[in-house]
Amino acid sequence: MVKKSKTKLQRLKPPLTDKDTNALRAGDKVLISGKIFVARDAAHRLFGKRPPFDPAGAILYYASPTPARRGKVIGSIGPTTATRMDPFTPNLLKLGLKLTIGKGERSPVVKAAIKKYKAAYLVVPGGTAAALSKHIKKSNIIAFPDLGPEAVLELEVADFPAIVAIDSKGGDLFEQGKKKYGIK
Amino acid sequence: MREIVAKKITETVKNLCIEANTNLSEDVVEALNKALSKEDSPIGREILRQLINNAKVAWRDKLPLCQDTGIVIVFFEIGQDARIIEGTLEEAVNEGVSRAYHDGYLRKSVVADPIKRKNTEDNTPAIIYTKIVPGESIKIQLLTKGGGAENCSALRMFNPNSPKEEIDDFVIEAVEKAGPNSCPPVIVGIGVGGSFDYAPVLAKKALLREVGRHHSEKDTANWEKELLEKINKTGIGPMGLGGRITALAVNIEKYPCHISSLPVAVNIECHAHRYKEAAI
Repeated sequence: MVKKSKTKLQRLKPPLTDKDTNALRAGDKVLISGKIFVARDAAHRLFGKRPPFDPAGAILYYASPTPARRGKVIGSIGPTTATRMDPFTPNLLKLGLKLTIGKGERSPVVKAAIKKYKAAYLVVPGGTAAALSKHIKKSNIIAFPDLGPEAVLELEVADFPAIVAIDSKGGDLFEQGKKKYGIK
Repeated sequence: MREIVAKKITETVKNLCIEANTNLSEDVVEALNKALSKEDSPIGREILRQLINNAKVAWRDKLPLCQDTGIVIVFFEIGQDARIIEGTLEEAVNEGVSRAYHDGYLRKSVVADPIKRKNTEDNTPAIIYTKIVPGESIKIQLLTKGGGAENCSALRMFNPNSPKEEIDDFVIEAVEKAGPNSCPPVIVGIGVGGSFDYAPVLAKKALLREVGRHHSEKDTANWEKELLEKINKTGIGPMGLGGRITALAVNIEKYPCHISSLPVAVNIECHAHRYKEAAI
């Protein structure tokens, strides 16, 4: 017998609204199409009060790709650890950022901000960077080109797959998973 | 005395860097397949399938397995009857790294100064360990190590009278703290003994052992198995989203130590274990 999964597959296209993010639950799978932004450690330090893109309804992916081969859009592009960006995230969510995508856990402060600003945090498996590159249709540097691999990018993605890890209702897939599969 | 031209070392290092980043070794693929057959969590299984598929895509399209193509760590065993000519060892290695990261379209992830943090733009310098051994050949073991898992490492100086359970708890604590951030299922390298500086080197060397092969000493092999079982009871699972498989392997390396010391280091490696070796 096939066990029926309770998780849903949701399609998202930014800019996102509260309605979009409120419908997401920890464990849901999503496919993202459209425009997303890419930034990580060094760029966050340079953001100041506002990032170099409009955060309203936007999606931010914590990553930095390998260089593109000739004729290709981009190299491998998997997630980096989101936790390191925690100090910067509440301000971005306050400005209207709706989704962050990375790997790893978020701090209690970020989780509270996700709830307060009706946002969500998505994960993609680290180490699937080669396969993920196939979902990137366009890539442009929009700020801090001097940072090399850490420059801020705007990507056009198609059916980019991710899993909801922390939702706007306080759902946390890391906690749920560990509780379910941990053996005392 | 055998003469080895530095260029040969450059060429070998370059090839190993590219190969390690694009071709996931068979022992790791096998361990991932084994993990897939044991994993109960549906999300966990899906992630493991994605990892196996990613390795195929990377190999087929000559793409790096992970965007974090790492800092290069090289362990040399240099025969004392070999002589490197037409260049120095260090320059030869860094030239190989520089060429690999340029020609292989690998990401440059090294900053020149840990505080000022300006990228060196060619992923140099590498971290190089050398050991002089009998013979006239050169053995090269090369690891490209990502930052995420490396950040989750730990060291503790134990009391020599500490019960072994305390060491186990320390290892489990390190893996639990690393949690989802270290890209589980991980490979856990443990260095026991030596000194404050040598235990982490042992932990890193432990990662060079083939995944699935245990320590040659029976007691230590059993300790590895016990620790693996304990780690896989934490429920962290693939990418920390819950599951039975949190680690693919636990490898321990030991070394004699001072009568008053018992250093233990834990070095965590992500599932994208990029390791290759060669001999010249």
